[in-house]
Amino acid sequence: MNSKALIVTGVVIFLLIVLFPFWYMRGKAAPVPEVELTPKAKAAQKCVRSTEYMRAEHMQLLDLWRESVVRESKRIYVNPEGKEFNMSLSNTCLDCHSNKAEFCDRCHNYASVRPYCWSCHIENPKEKT
Amino acid sequence: MDSSRRRILQLLGVSALALTTKPVFNAFAKEEVAAGAEAVIKAGAKALKAKQWALVIDTRKLESEADLEPLIEACHKIHNVPRLQNKNHEIKWIWGTHYHNAFPGKAARFLAEEVEHRPFLVLCNHCENPPCVRACPTKATWKREVDGIVLMDFHRCIGCRFCMAACPFGARSFNYRDPRPFIAETNKEFPTRMKGVVEKCNFCAERLAVGQLPACVEASNGALAFGDLYDAASDVRKLIKTNYTIRRKQTLGTEPSVYYIV
Repeated sequence: MNSKALIVTGVVIFLLIVLFPFWYMRGKAAPVPEVELTPKAKAAQKCVRSTEYMRAEHMQLLDLWRESVVRESKRIYVNPEGKEFNMSLSNTCLDCHSNKAEFCDRCHNYASVRPYCWSCHIENPKEKT
Repeated sequence: MDSSRRRILQLLGVSALALTTKPVFNAFAKEEVAAGAEAVIKAGAKALKAKQWALVIDTRKLESEADLEPLIEACHKIHNVPRLQNKNHEIKWIWGTHYHNAFPGKAARFLAEEVEHRPFLVLCNHCENPPCVRACPTKATWKREVDGIVLMDFHRCIGCRFCMAACPFGARSFNYRDPRPFIAETNKEFPTRMKGVVEKCNFCAERLAVGQLPACVEASNGALAFGDLYDAASDVRKLIKTNYTIRRKQTLGTEPSVYYIV
């Protein structure tokens, strides 16, 4: 019954393998992506709602927009400042944020979320095909 | 633990009291939400309104396939309807068909020649009693209360095709393939569909919302009239009053909203 050394070695090797992703990538966390604003988005200063709100709640907002437009046939969104917007992903959001790759995708990829909006909604309304 | 009758009654009393506090808390919670959501959602000011939209097609003014082509083209272009060569995969919102296909049961053995050879424009009838809506298990298609349009929510369609089986007019098409490669010229303002959803004519709901008439009506040079079926002064009612009109498969009781002047 003198297999203590063997067991310890085995445990160490096991831990090394299991923790491989941690020690291999230590200190090299993927940098938080910086989203780029188009000149048009920059000039507008403010999105439909405040930046913090949009950052945290844009998915809920888009869900609300979808529900209102498709189901309730209400297409105008009046934000707290009283400014009116046509509730349309392709025609309103992407009108300013026409750089989907640098704006939407960068964050979505980092967070590993894959919204399937783009299988139907046109992702490059400004680009000529 | 002492569980005398008195103790149990006390507990019941306190619990009942606790239950009554819930509505009060709810009321407070509601107020807070209402104060937080200042954004308002509304319909556009220019949106056209009706109780039940209807279409009257004067088939006398549409004599040949060439007359239908611009109407079909106008619709399919703005709605990103793909053109697939395989007949089984075809997507159609509006198309031309023979009299005996459009009005089975109404075709006599011998017909007036011009009627027999005239193509009839067919599309979703936006029935007042739509069987497709009853068939849909996900409520991805429904009859819009405000103006009677039978609409589709492509987000929610699971592609079961029950609606296609239920529709007696063949007005619905299924995307067996990804439609995008088959769209010659994409209208950037309207979404495409994806593989696995059903689609059909939407009576140009997106155009009505901004005060425009449906694309086919606009392209028809007066052969098509669009209006409120329940407004006795509307264009469609005037036409129906002054002309003999027929509807497709009326005996089925779906109450189609597309009328044909033959």
